[in-house]
Amino acid sequence: MTTAGRRRARGPADAALLLIGACFILPLLWLVFGSLDAEAGYQTRLPASASLTNFSAVLTPELLLRPLWNSLLLSGGTATLTVAAAVLAAYPLSRFQSRFNRPFMYSILCGTCLPVTAIMVPVYGLFVQLRLLDSLPATVLFMAATALPMAIWMTKNFMDAVPVSLEEAAWVDGASGLTALRAVVLPLMRQGLGVVFIFVFIQTWGNFFVPFILLLSPSKQPASVSIFSFFGQHGAIAYGQLAAFSILYSVPVLVLYVLVARGAGGSFALSGAVKG
Amino acid sequence: MGERKTVRQQLRLLPVVPSVLLILLFLAAPVLWSFHASFTNAALTGRNARNPAWIGVENYARLLSDSAFPASVVLTIVFVVASAVVGQNLLGLLIAGLMTRARKPVSAAVGTAVVAAWVLPEIVAAFAAYAYFSKDGTLNQLLGGAGVAGADWLYAYPMVAVVLANIWRGTAFSMLVYRAALADVPQDISEAALMDGAAGWQRLVFITLPLIRSSIATNLMLVTLQTLAVFTLIWVMTAGGPSNASTTLPVLAYQEAFKFGDIGYGTAIATVLIVLGLVFGIAYVRLLKGDKR
Repeated sequence: MTTAGRRRARGPADAALLLIGACFILPLLWLVFGSLDAEAGYQTRLPASASLTNFSAVLTPELLLRPLWNSLLLSGGTATLTVAAAVLAAYPLSRFQSRFNRPFMYSILCGTCLPVTAIMVPVYGLFVQLRLLDSLPATVLFMAATALPMAIWMTKNFMDAVPVSLEEAAWVDGASGLTALRAVVLPLMRQGLGVVFIFVFIQTWGNFFVPFILLLSPSKQPASVSIFSFFGQHGAIAYGQLAAFSILYSVPVLVLYVLVARGAGGSFALSGAVKG
Repeated sequence: MGERKTVRQQLRLLPVVPSVLLILLFLAAPVLWSFHASFTNAALTGRNARNPAWIGVENYARLLSDSAFPASVVLTIVFVVASAVVGQNLLGLLIAGLMTRARKPVSAAVGTAVVAAWVLPEIVAAFAAYAYFSKDGTLNQLLGGAGVAGADWLYAYPMVAVVLANIWRGTAFSMLVYRAALADVPQDISEAALMDGAAGWQRLVFITLPLIRSSIATNLMLVTLQTLAVFTLIWVMTAGGPSNASTTLPVLAYQEAFKFGDIGYGTAIATVLIVLGLVFGIAYVRLLKGDKR
């Protein structure tokens, strides 16, 4: 009976889901059609003659390659630094009992709740004082700091899943904590580390507001900021090129997301982040 | 001997130091600086940029008398409640619920569509939403096709447009949380209730929802905090306009600090936002702690 009931409910559930899915796809159609339409406006229409003109127009070192390279430096640097710092921090928190552990973890959790848009004004002030404005490495340091609270939580959860007994053999052989970490623990949590890395990478790649405030010279700006030169500056908007650029800029994170979702499962990655 | 042991124990905590330094310098210090600067007349340029003076609670007094501030508090609440608490949360639950009943390929395809809007870089999503709600945009084309005259959404109903855009952008998160939660609900309880003749809505209200209570609470807290900080979407779509009709607190803080160069006043607004975030954060932490017991 239950299976029959389930089957009867399938038709309406399918229909409702497809309707919702269509609503989610509609706003994206403009991006796809517009990118292929040499005369695109912000209307959605099938291009009269599909062409790759827009793509070849933006495919220059100035417009596309340098901003993407800057995005890569920013995201790669931030993700590497974040994972390294998070692994170091998570190891003692996961392996040694201390009365600092719980208060530390909960104050870190509070840090994840800080709205980054709110601290950009003081951070700008701080960067002016320390003469760090318009510096890629300093921006990487700041973005790593904002990503760290969540990254430490996720890394610790992944590390807790590796049994301590495996390290004890290494300790008996006289290996120090950090040697055991490198030789025993890290290889076993490779997949978890991949999730954290990609999670931070995607977040940084898509971030507009932070580099918009902290990086001033066009030669240092990532794609999220340089994309603005297609939009709104002098009224004349190159819609087709904007769409083409948007797609080229989005592809890397879409690919990375698919990697995580395949390898670890979207909900699994999320439970690492959400559970206490 | 005992002393040496505690020293060694404390040395073990050494690897935490890099993280702590980064967080102290780039998160804790700006928050403290924000509290301090909100009591000064610090400016972006000019004399007050070099030597800001202490002006006490003047910025906060100005906040209360400036009509833009209470208005933007109201707009922020409307934005958070309508797009996160109601929109993303309920739609995410609905989609996750439908997915448990629908055919596998259908739920996989729709899940991908919902997640796509979420994974896209925020500025790209904002451009797409801008094009969608523009006067000649996709939405009005569709309405025109159905014989309905659309409005100039971004000017006539800017809040409606940004709320809908944020629901579109953010629902994936709630959907993923609720899918994981519903997958953990034991089948046999629900089926036993079905045998006892419980209707669909009764099973939802009396069985499923109580079982996923902690996921609901966690999700509400997280989407609220994420939405509280939304800037790019609103800024690209309406820039807070027309005439402040969609200026939420992050947009107002940005305008005052960076467009008008009034850092002191901007940090006062930012401080209000930080306090709001911390209140939610502490509530969230207590919730998680309580959950464990």
